[in-house]
Amino acid sequence: MLNKYPLWKYLLILLVIALGVVYALPNLYPDDPALQLSTQKTTTVVDQRTLTTAETALKDAGITLKEAELTSAGGTLRFNNGEDQLAAKPVIAAALGENYVVALNLVPTTPEWLSSIGAGPAKLGLDLRGGVHFLLEVDTPAALKQRLDVAASEMKNSLRTERIRYRSVEVTNGVMSIRFLREEDQQAALELLQDEFSEYVYNTSNQGSDYFVEIGFTEAARAEVEAYALQQNLTTLRNRVNELGVAEPLVQRQGSNRIVVELPGVQDTAAAKRIIGATANLEFRLEAGLDANASDIDTLTFRDGSGRTARLERDVIITGDSVADANSSFDENGRPQVNISLDGKGGSQMARVTRTAVGRNMAVVFIEHKSRSRFVEDENGELTEVRRSYSEKNIISLATIQTTLGNSFRITGLDSPRESSELALLLRAGALAAPIYFVEERTIGPSLGAENIRLGVLSAQIGLLVVMAFMLVYYKVFGIFANISLALNIVLLMACMSLLSATLTLPGIAGIVLTMGMAVDANVLIFSRIREELKAGLPSQQAIHSGFNRAFTTILDANITTLLVAVILFAVGTGPVKGFAVTLSLGILTSMFTAIVVTRAQINLVYGGRKNKRLFI
Amino acid sequence: MNIPFMAMRKVVAMFSIAMVLVSLGSIAVKGLKFGLDFTGGSLIEVQYTQAPALDDVRTLLAEGDYHDVTVQNFGSPVDVVVRMGNAYTPTLGDEVLSTLRDNDNVKVELMRSEYVGGQVGEELREQGGLGMLLALAIVMVYVAVRFQFKFSVASVVALAHDVIITLGIFSLFELEFDLTVLAAILAVIGYSLNDTIVVCDRIRENFRIMRDTTPYDLINESINQTLDRTIITSMTTLFVLVVLFFFGGESIHNFSLALLIGILIGTYSSIFVAANLLLAQNVTREDLVPAPKEEFEDEMP
Repeated sequence: MLNKYPLWKYLLILLVIALGVVYALPNLYPDDPALQLSTQKTTTVVDQRTLTTAETALKDAGITLKEAELTSAGGTLRFNNGEDQLAAKPVIAAALGENYVVALNLVPTTPEWLSSIGAGPAKLGLDLRGGVHFLLEVDTPAALKQRLDVAASEMKNSLRTERIRYRSVEVTNGVMSIRFLREEDQQAALELLQDEFSEYVYNTSNQGSDYFVEIGFTEAARAEVEAYALQQNLTTLRNRVNELGVAEPLVQRQGSNRIVVELPGVQDTAAAKRIIGATANLEFRLEAGLDANASDIDTLTFRDGSGRTARLERDVIITGDSVADANSSFDENGRPQVNISLDGKGGSQMARVTRTAVGRNMAVVFIEHKSRSRFVEDENGELTEVRRSYSEKNIISLATIQTTLGNSFRITGLDSPRESSELALLLRAGALAAPIYFVEERTIGPSLGAENIRLGVLSAQIGLLVVMAFMLVYYKVFGIFANISLALNIVLLMACMSLLSATLTLPGIAGIVLTMGMAVDANVLIFSRIREELKAGLPSQQAIHSGFNRAFTTILDANITTLLVAVILFAVGTGPVKGFAVTLSLGILTSMFTAIVVTRAQINLVYGGRKNKRLFI
Repeated sequence: MNIPFMAMRKVVAMFSIAMVLVSLGSIAVKGLKFGLDFTGGSLIEVQYTQAPALDDVRTLLAEGDYHDVTVQNFGSPVDVVVRMGNAYTPTLGDEVLSTLRDNDNVKVELMRSEYVGGQVGEELREQGGLGMLLALAIVMVYVAVRFQFKFSVASVVALAHDVIITLGIFSLFELEFDLTVLAAILAVIGYSLNDTIVVCDRIRENFRIMRDTTPYDLINESINQTLDRTIITSMTTLFVLVVLFFFGGESIHNFSLALLIGILIGTYSSIFVAANLLLAQNVTREDLVPAPKEEFEDEMP
């Protein structure tokens, strides 16, 4: 019979809608303002005792706490409102001391039964939540030059050892050129270098009485250096961002030489920028002898949190600036080791010192320049923030010098591959990284975020009302069907956003509002077809049937093209604009389902299978 | 109801050509007023508790070490946007904020600060332009496959017409063209195409059904048949856009405006421009319906 859906179809539609409602539901629960407690050190943990300390401090300060809980990342203290949250931050920070990081955050309040099935609210973009967005660019030409400089000193060494005489070595624009006075030298050098340094491409040229060998990177080597420089900066940035205690930080490469850092919900943007821009360095020092003068000695702790200490000489052999590269590998016996290469100057300095120190221990000290805020009570009894810069020095390795060390040496005797790769990472982090600079920064204050949400929700509500009223007036009963479908469309759209954990932005909300205007399009197409068919004298059941059928291809064509454009928009756009593309394309998909299937189901349910009645359309 | 759309085609064509020429002229002469996203630079938006006198703000900033400063209201008298040509430093936003606070005499809150490097802006501009061309190209291919080449020329020219006029209006009235406006224009391409396809679809269908009608009458009839739908959908969309324009806040003001303009013009072009172009290309039944195999009549002399 015409316009009758089998029962399973109705059930399937109900199931889809039910799932949609469940997964869209978490968006109705507002986030709690909260403080996130975490620690940097392995020696301190956030546990029940920490929470109790915090709770007592809050009670003394007269601030109501909503809930305190332990999470995998540390602790979360929830508050009833933003004022309590802001007032609590200095109190907690003062009570817990400097070993803990206290960060402002918003945490979801999704009920447990919802989160247990993987439902959660849609992620809010920076423009809705507030926070910082940085785009950093790695200076890859500088990284290439650094690498060539190091290679230059190694090559000079080789040439000297083989007694090949050269006049000068220059590195310009990513090409190193070595000048010789005699052709024999040029040829001998070429042969030697090609043999020893195979990762470069070699060219020769003659100018007047000078003979040159020009050395540049092979395509693969260049790509490797660039990728390495980027990777190194990514690692360093990730480590620093973790220090901020932000709930969902994003550190991601973009393109060949850029890094995006996004810190949603960060309210103290100045602190964020300070930490991201912070620097680390390394020092190589000898362990002090037993008879050393106490004034020449530093006693430093190990970084692994074991609490071990060592007495080191104050004199620094070299600093991290001289480290060109460090990577972990295995020695001939399959034990983990770290290979370190130094630049020319560092190498000769290292050789000079270690020549007389074979058998003694050498330490690698990791120095981080940090600043931390403390909360102290001022004369009025109010807590004020005091910022203090300090540098933290820790030993990351202490090893015996087996022989005179030169440009490249290795640290062995490490316990595990994990330890060796961590050491290599720290060595690189402290080494002179490829310079990095900010090319884009967007800071959105929390109040603007809240304002944007308010405006977005308001316009969505008004937009929905206007469209619904119009459809009702113009299409009467069929207008009700279309309106129900429209409402379900928004529910499904929100559910999809939550499920895909897509990011909702202000243009994204605009996309939803726009989708509402356009979602009814499919129904308008169908309804005007039905009207036409009725006018042409078709009985109402046939009119409905052919109205849907004939409008279908049109709807499909029209929507697919819009979808194609939305995909391009997604590829071109960044941040907020991507959010627009997401809601637009998801909206097209969900609206096709609701406008065609759900509307049809309602019409079938009301009119289907009966005698031809008059249609209120 | 049967409106003789095709009878107006010459007048309409003149109108469209004039609009496109004026737009292109304005874009060529005045250019677009690109926003921060595309030009690069620094911008700081702050909110005062009490509306400040903009001149005071300017004097205050002039005392500091800032140059090429422009100070404007942003949506409301308490919201102020400061743009400057200073080289970026990570602390620039905070420095400006404390300058504006004038030793804590004024209550000012930082709403947002933005910095975009010149290089990034330039790339984005290039990418945006490419994205627009790519969108048009893909649409052209899709329509050519689903319909026929003449239809694809008609719809792409109609789309280009919409985009050029929207850009022209932004150029003529010196409205700021930022990334959200680019998004809006791409959305307009999608939307306007939607309309055009609905009309083309009807034309194709009618070519199959009405065998004895001239293309001229047939196109006219098709437009009339879809007019109801074209107007209603455009209206619901325009409704929500007007809502967005008035309630969506300053930061998506130009975005909604671009969509409003684009969709108005898109509706106009799907009724007039696309169909007009089809007729100009002498679209016939044979373009869409495969010609019946000619029967060989061997008895003819």
